[in-house]
Amino acid sequence: MSRWASADPASSGALLSVRDLKVTFPTEDGLVKAVDGLTFDLRAGETIGIVGESGSGKSVTSQAIMGLHRGTRAMVEGQIVFDGRDLIKIVDEDLRRMRGRDIAMIFQDPLSALHPYYTVGNQIVEAYRVHNDVTKAAARTHVIEMLDRVGIPNPQKRVDQYPHEFSGGMRQRAMIAMALVNSPRLIIADEPTTALDVTVQAQILNLLVDLQKEFGSAIIIITHDLGVVAELADSIMVMFAGKAVEGGEAEEIFYEAMHPYTWGLLQSMPRIDSEKKERLVPIAGNPPSLINPPPGCAFHPRCAFRDDARLGCSSVIPEFDISTEHPARCLIPEGERRAISQAKTKTRTA
Amino acid sequence: MTDLSPSTQVPDDEPAATPVATPSASVTTPSASHDKTGAAGGKRFMRQRRKATDEGVALGEVILEVTDLKKYFPMHTSGLVHRAADPVRAVDGISFSVRKGETLGLVGESGCGKSTAGRTMLQLLPPTGGTIRYQGKDITNVQGKELRRLRTEMQMVFQDPYGSLNPRQTVGTIIAAPFRIQGITPEGGIKAEVQSLMKRVGLNPEHYNRFPHEFSGGQRQRIGIARAVALRPKLIVCDEPVSALDVSIQAQVVNLLEDLQDEFELTYVFVAHDLAVVRHISDRVAVMYLGKIMEMGSRQDLYENPLHPYTQALLSAVPIPDPRRENKRERILLTGDLPSPINPPSGCVFHTRCPRFREELSESERTRCTTEAPVIQVENGHQVACHFAGPPKVEVF
Ligand SMILES: Nc1ncnc2c1ncn2[C@@H]1O[C@H](COP(=O)(O)OP(=O)(O)OP(=O)(O)O)[C@@H](O)[C@H]1O
Ligand SMILES: Nc1ncnc2c1ncn2[C@@H]1O[C@H](COP(=O)(O)OP(=O)(O)OP(=O)(O)O)[C@@H](O)[C@H]1O
Ligand code: SF4
Ligand SMILES: [Mg+2]
Ligand SMILES: [Mg+2]
Repeated sequence: MSRWASADPASSGALLSVRDLKVTFPTEDGLVKAVDGLTFDLRAGETIGIVGESGSGKSVTSQAIMGLHRGTRAMVEGQIVFDGRDLIKIVDEDLRRMRGRDIAMIFQDPLSALHPYYTVGNQIVEAYRVHNDVTKAAARTHVIEMLDRVGIPNPQKRVDQYPHEFSGGMRQRAMIAMALVNSPRLIIADEPTTALDVTVQAQILNLLVDLQKEFGSAIIIITHDLGVVAELADSIMVMFAGKAVEGGEAEEIFYEAMHPYTWGLLQSMPRIDSEKKERLVPIAGNPPSLINPPPGCAFHPRCAFRDDARLGCSSVIPEFDISTEHPARCLIPEGERRAISQAKTKTRTA
Repeated sequence: MTDLSPSTQVPDDEPAATPVATPSASVTTPSASHDKTGAAGGKRFMRQRRKATDEGVALGEVILEVTDLKKYFPMHTSGLVHRAADPVRAVDGISFSVRKGETLGLVGESGCGKSTAGRTMLQLLPPTGGTIRYQGKDITNVQGKELRRLRTEMQMVFQDPYGSLNPRQTVGTIIAAPFRIQGITPEGGIKAEVQSLMKRVGLNPEHYNRFPHEFSGGQRQRIGIARAVALRPKLIVCDEPVSALDVSIQAQVVNLLEDLQDEFELTYVFVAHDLAVVRHISDRVAVMYLGKIMEMGSRQDLYENPLHPYTQALLSAVPIPDPRRENKRERILLTGDLPSPINPPSGCVFHTRCPRFREELSESERTRCTTEAPVIQVENGHQVACHFAGPPKVEVF
């Protein structure tokens, strides 16, 4: 049994088991396969980071877990088993009850979660009272505590202010307070700090780590910033064109990466902590079409290691072997990849 | 002027042509595989310059000199009595100079005045105070014909590759705009010149008649860059040119900017909040906070020996993509929110959030911070505006 997927979601001991998740959007141009067969487990108290380029399906995955594709034209297939129940199958009302109480989401843009016409306090009080049978006064006290907990100064006064009276960083904190007010067991954070300044980001990430310790929540953090996952994640899933191309423990992904896309990702970023004036090494090309993805390995048109004659990169679809601890979707023999990976890690961390 | 004919110019940043490692040579050698001989003159010049600045030798004449530059935005009170309220002090007395061929990085948090500084130094916004000298000549408040001529030498690249391109114009029209505005017809005609520019920035010249929405974010940024270099300017202010792009595409555009700089001997003012990209691309870096420069120095000074508590907090806040290192780091955290640029704090504008002020200073020392604005101290070209400048208590990386 690997960290990626235990045999049976029901008896896995994982809090969340995603099995062969597919999300397809019918569009005028054809079917967009935004998420194309994702499988992973997440245990209580653990953090998984999902990274990958823009359009690779990270947000669509999180929206599927939250059930946000319900009632839209999107087709969602597979299993999303949370605490023994398949979120794809349960009725709307049950899902609504779990949303906000058991599973909460933190978005990139706090204004999408906060209503401009209501005070911040009233919105969080409502979020709390929907799931808890308490008086308004008791809820308000709890909310003020929560605002204090996320580092909002002067919470007694701030609780009665409107979102537009908050700075960007404070709004993000207010949204986090709202997401955590019911101590959810799963937090999905989709680019929670991308719009923030680094100094505020540092404060918010610290806060997330502290709150996770306190509440024991599991976290899915979606980001394009490898620094953020290096700080937070226990395990990492790298996505490309709707599929996982590599998964492993955080250290495995950073020091023993086994997929050419991951190598490219690690190599293309300048490092703030080292003085290297060499040219950056970009990943060539542009994101693939999700309607007609390239045949074989979807990464092959951009892959520096592509070898059609020897490996069949443009015709054979590489497997993602979830029975192993560190699967990677690549046709290059594992031993060869390991040698390449070691050399790359050596140059990068030299 | 550099020859731009298609025959000698290879769009070496064309995505498909980007050199990459081969399986047999498992370690990439980007610099070697990327050495192109086409523009060797400029390249060699810049390589030497880079090396020389690394050794702290000042090179190239001063091309732009900004002294005590201020840009205030007026605010209007609502209500019956119409009187001017206190203005937004977006840029509040900054001074620096930029040498020919170098890249000056301008960093700082959102709202600190980076973009306003960039626009004001290009005369896209009239300054409230201070002077701007370009190649020794005072250009503060120039207008009309002279301003138009200046526009051929100073250009801007914007952050938003979507918003800065007119969606109803073809790429050809967009890139040709500077020629039309200036009434210049390049040798061989506008179309040929535009297509050669497209090729140079890694766009397919056959896409001349396409519209911006038909291009990806990285390609749109290339369009903006082609437009900016069309008239062979000497100075380009790049305002967050890669911030909206995916990391892998970011690297393509950073490389393109570096190549164009070498080839055309461009001078860049590079505005960005990504401190890693700025370290990579800049020769010197200025850190802004609430409209003022807190610290300025060579890339090495700033990243290896930051002396201002704000610079230290900024660098310390950036997560490093290296979990083993990251787990060992101790963060220098700032408290509180950014004060309003309408009523900046007294004394040192940073004192309300300064970790040194909070944790290391005595009562009398603090009084100095809250009452007396620090004067910039200079040592070997490394400038710091702090009464108690010095290395941080914990390592920033
Ligand atoms: N409602 C929709 N209808 C059609 N296509 C969609 C829809 N929502 C998302 N997509 C497509 O699905 C793909 C995956 O999108 P997603 O938002 O998950 O990307 P992402 O990995 O989160 O990217 P980013 O880093 O830019 O946020 C994209 O190609 C996107 O255009
Ligand atoms: N036209 C304007 N009218 C009034 N205030 C303005 C105007 N333009 C900018 N400001 C204010 O001036 C200050 C500096 O803004 P500026 O855009 O220069 O910051 P910045 O450092 O570029 O920030 P960012 O990183 O978010 O782009 C901010 O407080 C901003 O709100
Ligand atoms: S002058 Fe005082 S408040 Fe300002 S940065 Fe220095 S120590 Fe901090
Ligand atoms: Mg997304
Ligand atoms: Mg700006």
